[in-house]
Amino acid sequence: MTTPIVSIRNLKVAFAGGAVRAVDGVDLDLGRGEAVALIGESGSGKSVTLRSLMRLNPERRTRVEGSITVDGRDVLAMSARELADFRGAVVSMIFQEPLLALDPVYTVGQQIVEAIRRHERVSRAAARERALDLFRRVRIPSPERRLDAYPHELSGGMRQRAMIALALACRPKLLLADEPTTALDATVQIQILLLLRELQRDLGLSIIFVTHDIGAAVEVADRILVMYAGRIVEEGTARDLIRAPRHPYTIGLLKSRAHGALAKGARLEAIPGAPPDLANLPPGCSFAPRCPLAIEPCRADRPPLVAVKESQRARCIRTEAAATLAPQLEPTG
Amino acid sequence: MNASALHAKDRNAPSQSLLSVHGLVKHFPVKKGLFASKAVVRAVDGIDFDVLEGETLGVVGESGCGKSTTARLVLDLISPDGGEIVFDGERVGAGLGLREFRRQAQMVFQDSYSSLNPRLTVEASIAFGPQVHGVPRHEAIGRARDLLARVGLDPRRFAERYPHELSGGQRQRVNIARALALQPRLIILDEAVSALDKSVEAQVLNLLLDLKEEFGLTYIFISHDLNVVRFISDRVMVMYLGKVAELGTVEEVFERPRHPYTAALLASMPSLDPDRRTQEAPLSGDPPNPINPPPGCRFHTRCAFAEEICARKEPALYDAGGPHRAACLMVPPNSGHSRAPKVHEEEA
Amino acid sequence: MASLAEGSSLTAARTPTAGYWTGVWRRLRRDPVAIGAGLVLLLILLTAVLAPYIAPKDPYAGMTLRRLRPFGTPGYPLGSDELGRDMLSRLIFGARLSLFMGVTPVIIAFFLGSGIGIFAGYVGGRVNTLIMRTIDVFYAFPSVLLAVALSGALGAGFGNALLSLTVVFIPPIARVAEAVTTQVRSRDFVEAARASGARALTIVRVHILGNVLGPIFVYATSLISVSMILASGLSFLGLGVRPPEPEWGLMLNTLRTAIYVQPWVAALPGVMIFITSLSFNLFSDGLRSAMDVKQ
Ligand SMILES: Nc1ncnc2c1ncn2[C@@H]1O[C@H](COP(=O)(O)OP(=O)(O)OP(=O)(O)O)[C@@H](O)[C@H]1O
Ligand SMILES: Nc1ncnc2c1ncn2[C@@H]1O[C@H](COP(=O)(O)OP(=O)(O)OP(=O)(O)O)[C@@H](O)[C@H]1O
Ligand code: SF4
Ligand SMILES: [Mg+2]
Ligand SMILES: [Mg+2]
Repeated sequence: MTTPIVSIRNLKVAFAGGAVRAVDGVDLDLGRGEAVALIGESGSGKSVTLRSLMRLNPERRTRVEGSITVDGRDVLAMSARELADFRGAVVSMIFQEPLLALDPVYTVGQQIVEAIRRHERVSRAAARERALDLFRRVRIPSPERRLDAYPHELSGGMRQRAMIALALACRPKLLLADEPTTALDATVQIQILLLLRELQRDLGLSIIFVTHDIGAAVEVADRILVMYAGRIVEEGTARDLIRAPRHPYTIGLLKSRAHGALAKGARLEAIPGAPPDLANLPPGCSFAPRCPLAIEPCRADRPPLVAVKESQRARCIRTEAAATLAPQLEPTG
Repeated sequence: MNASALHAKDRNAPSQSLLSVHGLVKHFPVKKGLFASKAVVRAVDGIDFDVLEGETLGVVGESGCGKSTTARLVLDLISPDGGEIVFDGERVGAGLGLREFRRQAQMVFQDSYSSLNPRLTVEASIAFGPQVHGVPRHEAIGRARDLLARVGLDPRRFAERYPHELSGGQRQRVNIARALALQPRLIILDEAVSALDKSVEAQVLNLLLDLKEEFGLTYIFISHDLNVVRFISDRVMVMYLGKVAELGTVEEVFERPRHPYTAALLASMPSLDPDRRTQEAPLSGDPPNPINPPPGCRFHTRCAFAEEICARKEPALYDAGGPHRAACLMVPPNSGHSRAPKVHEEEA
Repeated sequence: MASLAEGSSLTAARTPTAGYWTGVWRRLRRDPVAIGAGLVLLLILLTAVLAPYIAPKDPYAGMTLRRLRPFGTPGYPLGSDELGRDMLSRLIFGARLSLFMGVTPVIIAFFLGSGIGIFAGYVGGRVNTLIMRTIDVFYAFPSVLLAVALSGALGAGFGNALLSLTVVFIPPIARVAEAVTTQVRSRDFVEAARASGARALTIVRVHILGNVLGPIFVYATSLISVSMILASGLSFLGLGVRPPEPEWGLMLNTLRTAIYVQPWVAALPGVMIFITSLSFNLFSDGLRSAMDVKQ
């Protein structure tokens, strides 16, 4: 493998003068053309991690430590100018709510043309031609007509496609997707998930896909990283993570899912308790208060990332005990 | 319809309808441009269904298909443009007074924060309903505290808190307690667990099941999460653009869907198996606009089996065997669709 | 009954706080600007209340020989006005009328405007449109113009000035009240209250008032400064308080001619109006952000 496109080392992001540790020591490597998914509950730091890659967190109120390298460049050391060139051309991002991310007063076509011409010296006509290609690429029906539509004139799924087209306008190498399908209907969500997979395959795009839905993660990603309270608690290939999870949180998450094989009237195996308050993290493992396997050392020290397999690591000192808890993969449906 | 004495006596008999909805219609007027034509959103466009005593009826369908509107119509929070609602054998508004009906049917909303008055303590919010119905304050508060304990929140710690001092899961427990305070028989849960984290969602689902058993409740459970609906429901109603597309027991609908939309919806669920990822999207395109729904079968613009007849003839909900009904022209015999069962006159 | 045990172990013990207003006060205390403005207002209020005890001289007694003295004249620390009256005493007594003229119309308009706005907002539909469009007709006039026109029509005088100012402030308050009520009304907890069979009046009392009065009150506080300036303006035009009463706006008017002789002395009433209205504005800003729960 060549050098990874993204390499994050010990990233720490804190807000409110250091009180809220939103991201607390994240390491992440992403190979070229690879798609990983970042899953975790609300407030676990997924979006903050993603935004750090483009330095989109409010600079004044944010304390960042660690290093972020994207395509061989040190993101944290970039000047404002370099950052402007970097955003869009190397990395671009799509969001949950396209209506908030698209400018309501310009047509989607104009926005793509502008984005292209901001980074490259091409004629308006050539840029529009490229926009049209992009619209075909993301499978927008009647693309010529839709280029001249305003964002509010498009349906939800179409809008998300238009935003993906806009994100691809400057041929970025890395696409960051922050819950791009959460607001969409099931039948539209699967279309977008498949589109992302297709873009990864055909354009060699690297993708970081944030979601709280394991199912969506499996559809898109080769590798899955599970976040909990600002830390990555487990990472591995989608296959290993689903078949043989080793972190009690991942296991709990998979076991608590409602699925077809459950008997009528049965109860779910819920994870007890609630996610911790980031301003008051426990000293040891942040999952310890909810963990069925927690023992004294868990509460005392922050557990290290333990390699369970070559490609699978879990931040837990009881991965062996956890193996016995792992759920059986039941047929989906 | 007559609220006959027979119905009233039959109360609590097993598998009797607790709620029957007939021909429910709601059209919202929309402003379209300057020369305001009388455009309407056909949010709910003539639906019939029953909810049996003690069951959970799941309601699924895409955003905007009219699930919440149906819920609000059933509780008479908005007035219908047509149709009638019969609760426990009595017609709401006629035989059964609205106030009394509202005591017996309650709702839990998706947004746990917006459903609680930020200026009231949790116990005051729960006690409000009973007080409205004449329970003295101290008694209502006492009952509120009992209910808090029942939904898993220690009243000594939580009763005097304000909504912003609770987590989303805790707030949703409070909302459930509030719905229970009037000792209702029917509770409508409109995306009640959708905003919760997965790990908390499971806790609340278990709680709902416990409460249902303990108080003998009947639920209408609205959700877009098919896994959850399958887990919690006895029967499922699938809606598409203001109409019922399919209605049947969970097993029937999930294992043998008869409407192509239901089948596509089920196939759209992400697979949890990395080796069997979805290869092709079951449906293309977005749901059409409910302002101008397609003629004939509303699904024909996206349906893989659509034929020329589908654009002309509107399918009614038709028995597809047992209590399983679907509104697709492939179901009733001799409907004109080539895949419809062919039955000769003599046999029929 | 797994869920029961789980629920009890949720989140670490957090002492229940004493309530919403305690929180508001706690946040307000941390805002130095708002506290400063509040202290200034308190000082002005005390001055107004205690005027007879702290004013060194009789505010009505002038000496023609001592007209328009500069600052620091013995016996006249802030100089004297065009009739030789002690400026300091007149400013102290002036606080009474000026505050009264600034605050009273807003208080009355607060009750009437909130009533109208909440009613319109809660009832909604056609009734709302009818009420709000009528209100908008009044709102369309610039407030200065409306106040002057009304005062002019009613005739000069203290009572009429108060009345016309009240009328001026009803439309903006009603509009704000209607907007917040409409917004609160659409929240699910109001829907839930309706679903429990509560009657409209009960819902308004328990669920609407508590949530709308705060924002309306904050908005009304910000109107006090406008009211003070308008009241002064009316007096300045001879439509409000009559001479020889000490009132800052009127004093500004009568000292107008002295602007070239004793500019500093002549500007004093204006400075007082400025300080007071600024303080009201800063205080209401602070109050608004303190009342925002999501902090
Ligand atoms: N600009 C900010 N200022 C202060 N705190 C912030 C800011 N942005 C995020 N946070 C906090 O950081 C934590 C992590 O937030 P983040 O948005 O990364 O969560 P997430 O995992 O994306 O959750 P979700 O699934 O809800 O999107 C949260 O507690 C959040 O409140
Ligand atoms: N008060 C209203 N005025 C106008 N249109 C409305 C109103 N309420 C709902 N609608 C419209 O009626 C249709 C059905 O809405 P409804 O909220 O019932 O959908 P839903 O199935 O609950 O969707 P979701 O899954 O997004 O909650 C939508 O097109 C919606 O825009
Ligand atoms: S009626 Fe026709 S269009 Fe409608 S679902 Fe059946 S086959 Fe498809
Ligand atoms: Mg996020
Ligand atoms: Mg809804």
